[in-house]
Amino acid sequence: MSTRLTQGGIRINRTRPVTFTFNGQRLKGYEGDTLASALLANDKMMLGRSFKYHRPRGLVSSGTEEPNALFGIGKGGRFEPNQRATMQELYDGLTAASQNHWPSLEFDVGEINAYLSRFFPAGFYYKTFMWPRSFWKHVFEPVIRQSAGLGKAPKDRDADTYEHFYHFCDVLVIGGGLAGLVAAQAAASGGARVTLLEQEAQFGGRTGVDAPEAAAQAAALVEELSGMANVRLIRRCMGAGVYDHGYVLGYERLTDHLADKAGPRHRLWRIRAGQVITATGAIERPLSFAGNDVPGVMLAAAVRDYLVNFGVSVGDRVVVVTNNDDAYLTAIRLVEAGLSVPAIVDARAGGAGELGAKAEGLGIRVLKGHGIARVKGRRRVTGVALCRQVGEGAVTEELACDAVAMSGGWSPVVHLWSHCGGKLIWDEDQAMFRPDAARPPTGADGAGFVRVAGAANGVMALDALVRDAADQGLAAAEAVGQGGTPADLPEVPARADHAIEPVWLMPASASRELRAKAWLDYQNDVKVTDIQLAAQEGYESVEHAKRYTTLGMATDQGKLSNINGLAVLSGALDSPIPQVGTTTFRPPYTPISMGAIAGEARGDTFQPLRRSPLHDWHEANGADWEPVGPWRRPYTYLRASETRAQAVEREILQTRNSLGLLDASTLGKLIVKGPDAGRFMDMMYTNMMSNLKPGKCRYGLMCSENGFLVDDGVVARIDEDTWLCHTTTGGADRIHAHMEEWLQTEWWDWQVHTANLTEQYAQIAVVGPMARTVLETLGGMDLSKEALGFMEWTDGVLADIPVRVYRISFSGELSYEIAVRASLGQALWDKIADVGAAYRIMPYGTECLHILRAEKGFIMIGDETDGTVIPQDLGLHWAISKKKEDFLGKRAQERRHMTDPDRWKLVGLETTDGSVLPDGAYAVTEGVNANGQRNVQGRVTSTYHSPTLGRGIAMGLVLHGPDRMGETLEFPGTDGKTYTATIVDPVFYDKDGEKQNV
Amino acid sequence: MSEPISALGMARFDGLAGVADCGLQGMITLRGDLSARAVKSAVTTATGITGPKQPRPLQIVTGKAGTAAWMSPDEMLLLCPYGEVDAVLAAMQQKLAKAHALAVDVSDARALLQVTGPSAREVMAKLCPLDLSPATFQPGTIRRTRMAQIPAALWMEDEMSFQVICFRSVADYAFNLLKTAAQPESGVGYF
Repeated sequence: MSTRLTQGGIRINRTRPVTFTFNGQRLKGYEGDTLASALLANDKMMLGRSFKYHRPRGLVSSGTEEPNALFGIGKGGRFEPNQRATMQELYDGLTAASQNHWPSLEFDVGEINAYLSRFFPAGFYYKTFMWPRSFWKHVFEPVIRQSAGLGKAPKDRDADTYEHFYHFCDVLVIGGGLAGLVAAQAAASGGARVTLLEQEAQFGGRTGVDAPEAAAQAAALVEELSGMANVRLIRRCMGAGVYDHGYVLGYERLTDHLADKAGPRHRLWRIRAGQVITATGAIERPLSFAGNDVPGVMLAAAVRDYLVNFGVSVGDRVVVVTNNDDAYLTAIRLVEAGLSVPAIVDARAGGAGELGAKAEGLGIRVLKGHGIARVKGRRRVTGVALCRQVGEGAVTEELACDAVAMSGGWSPVVHLWSHCGGKLIWDEDQAMFRPDAARPPTGADGAGFVRVAGAANGVMALDALVRDAADQGLAAAEAVGQGGTPADLPEVPARADHAIEPVWLMPASASRELRAKAWLDYQNDVKVTDIQLAAQEGYESVEHAKRYTTLGMATDQGKLSNINGLAVLSGALDSPIPQVGTTTFRPPYTPISMGAIAGEARGDTFQPLRRSPLHDWHEANGADWEPVGPWRRPYTYLRASETRAQAVEREILQTRNSLGLLDASTLGKLIVKGPDAGRFMDMMYTNMMSNLKPGKCRYGLMCSENGFLVDDGVVARIDEDTWLCHTTTGGADRIHAHMEEWLQTEWWDWQVHTANLTEQYAQIAVVGPMARTVLETLGGMDLSKEALGFMEWTDGVLADIPVRVYRISFSGELSYEIAVRASLGQALWDKIADVGAAYRIMPYGTECLHILRAEKGFIMIGDETDGTVIPQDLGLHWAISKKKEDFLGKRAQERRHMTDPDRWKLVGLETTDGSVLPDGAYAVTEGVNANGQRNVQGRVTSTYHSPTLGRGIAMGLVLHGPDRMGETLEFPGTDGKTYTATIVDPVFYDKDGEKQNV
Repeated sequence: MSEPISALGMARFDGLAGVADCGLQGMITLRGDLSARAVKSAVTTATGITGPKQPRPLQIVTGKAGTAAWMSPDEMLLLCPYGEVDAVLAAMQQKLAKAHALAVDVSDARALLQVTGPSAREVMAKLCPLDLSPATFQPGTIRRTRMAQIPAALWMEDEMSFQVICFRSVADYAFNLLKTAAQPESGVGYF
């Protein structure tokens, strides 16, 4: 039985009891407990079920590496699955529920998988779901979806908030154990700005448990650092990832440990550090013996953590099994606490050094050269069968016990070192991968920017560890130009240990039956035999073996299993461990919340929404919004019970017959000015712009250097030196950047300045036969045909508001576009609407705009163009200068493919029955292509129902289209019907342009 | 005469810091060779700041008539009262007549917000990838940066207040961002 002892527990406060709920049962713990220690204190040994075989599982560790004790924590909007009990501080009212079982933790139907385990070998999924093909959709996928995933996905909207914080420092130390504290002190000694991140609630790491003699010195260091103005200590903040140029993510958990959840839950620290020191310690490895996953089999260090930190015993009788000296400390602590250790089972024939003598002095029986053949018990340990470490596992004796403390050695936490490219070396003597200081992650200057201190650096002995940490701290300070002076190092005990002897399988020649119960990856149920099978089937690369067996692919990312797994693979391949190598360490170190990544980006602030100066008016007047890039534009304005189509039709007829009003503010407005502006404009546009007269407007096309049409719009010549370029809504920023790029990279010696004035003006289009009448009623300007001709602009004052009026038309109607300061946009709009009321003026949206232009055969960037279309395809030869020596795209348009007469060309399309062609439909022709698809000879680019004409109209690109007027084409729709359309001129309405020339 | 209105209609929020729309602000973008005599003289005309005192990179300087802020190696932003922009521009054009330079009114293309209080630095540091520690960021410094997902420029009027310029179309987003970052109980205790 695991239980709380009456004494001990340096982290808990016995005067502050805390109640929490586990699977609906109310339990008691103390302030300072983790959920894991509190569960153990309540004799909860079996805490969940494994993913594949649903085996009963209990706590293995006491830290971030925990693979088994994962819970759904919280309720409703605060529920989160897969939370590690070892990292969850206890608080009053915490609710936890175990995962991956049905109907209950104790009785689970899925456990049958375990009995069928020989039918579920590694690669089972690969092999099974390949055939027959139809089974995937109807059988396998539904079943897998039922059983997929470890925890339950939250159903409610997240009740918490999250935020980011940008932080800058000279030296960032990750890890607040003794090494991190010493490194931080050294790094700060010359005045450098130092930040220390500690993922847990307290500093000192393992000091309190493993070297209590040094605990006071660690505490004094924390105090000293807290008092230094150039040092910042952040607790409950994990160094999640190290990225290029000293960029590091810190994941701070602000309220996960509190009953009161006010304020942000997590804060993501986005850190730029000059130098990074990772002092992330090491993780103990399990040993691979049969039954090493039975609840009660735990890491040796975890057993003493629970004892010393929380006063929790994992069992009255604990067998310790090890291949190194460190685990002896567990036995000694247990016996000192009055518990029983039936034996220390040491795989090494020579046993331990100093600690061995101490253990034997305490009367602990040490069995050298022995191992565990198998663990007895299913839902909890009841005993162990021992054997010689050499051999196949013939049982030498059995011991009754209720827990096993195992240690297979320590693996430095090299993750953060490796994230940005730091390389590792295999240290044969210590049987571990550790950072290779000669091959660090490098910054822009080619020098390393990450150092590793202490156990993370493979320096395990405490005295050497503090020296290493101080050296790394001073070196980092030196590297940022703030070198300091070494302080006195904490006095720590030295220990004379015997060397570790690597044990990758226990016993060394274990039979298949034993190997098939020796777990490597607890969470994904990967056994020694699975890795061996992968090797046998040719998955020799460690990355392939990982994916084939799913070793290390669970939420713990193989923190316990990777080294053991690759060592087994190395054995199976007869290839040395360094040659097998490791899989790739990727951030984050442990999972971080999606909320923390999103930060403030949710709800109102999920994404910037660009609002025109008239946005609020549109919203209040029935706007049915359409996203246009980051803008919202009204698609149409709905009235009463109208459908969208009815609203659009109303807007079109009213505009054609009387008066419409359009918010054109989103169109780009770019100023181009300078002595070389004319020359520049001629390069930017395909047609001539330098000879445009001040006061005049001209429609122009812009192409990329590859000849493709990228934007269009009306250009106005403002004065001798200045042009104003209107771009499409989506083109404003892009075209401004395009202009600046050419100016800054190619024509840097041309005297041209540009400015993006898109948002300076609201632009209102007044469109329809009554447009002039309304503007003249507003008063202030002469806008007669004589005073302001088609394609001219003028400055003036309308209704006491200063404006610039462009007489341009994208609808074929008499039309004025009025630019006004954005802050006066609403005022002008209101005045026009007031005066226009007499003519039943109506605001119209983008759909009406599109149909009006399609009726006139005007192209739309993004409809008629898609990045593969050149102006020549669209019959726009008239807008391509033949006189100019050069313009962007000219050379490209002369290439053979661009001048190919077989390029599809723009035509109008008119259905024979008046129906509307489906958008994007293809015109088919004889025969099939190499893929067995119908050959095609054209496609629809724009298609609408025209209320003006009372039938469907469309534009499309068709093979030899302009030469085939009157021919009919067939367009199969996705609705099963085939549409027949006649090739016609693309201008459907008012071909001579009489309506706009009044 | 109709009254011009700012994008945020003088909205304000009080939390960890105060967030407020500053209303309409005259702003003139000046592009040109910042060391050219005509350009310097145009800046002096607009702001009253004489040549040697005009802003160097990342600086913002206030003169008798207005403020000048360095934007890029060939761009300056000049601030003056909203109602005076036309007159200031006209005076500047005189100085710039023979120079290759561009001076335009961008007052309506922008919004100006103010973030005030002892936690103002902290609120900004949640949104902008800038080192805002007093050692590196003080009144007199201007930075063009990113505020969450939008471009912004910011400077400090005094130890307790930031001025933030963003594009007018995203003023609403900017206000909501600052409001979110200034939620009570979200203090970091950083500066």
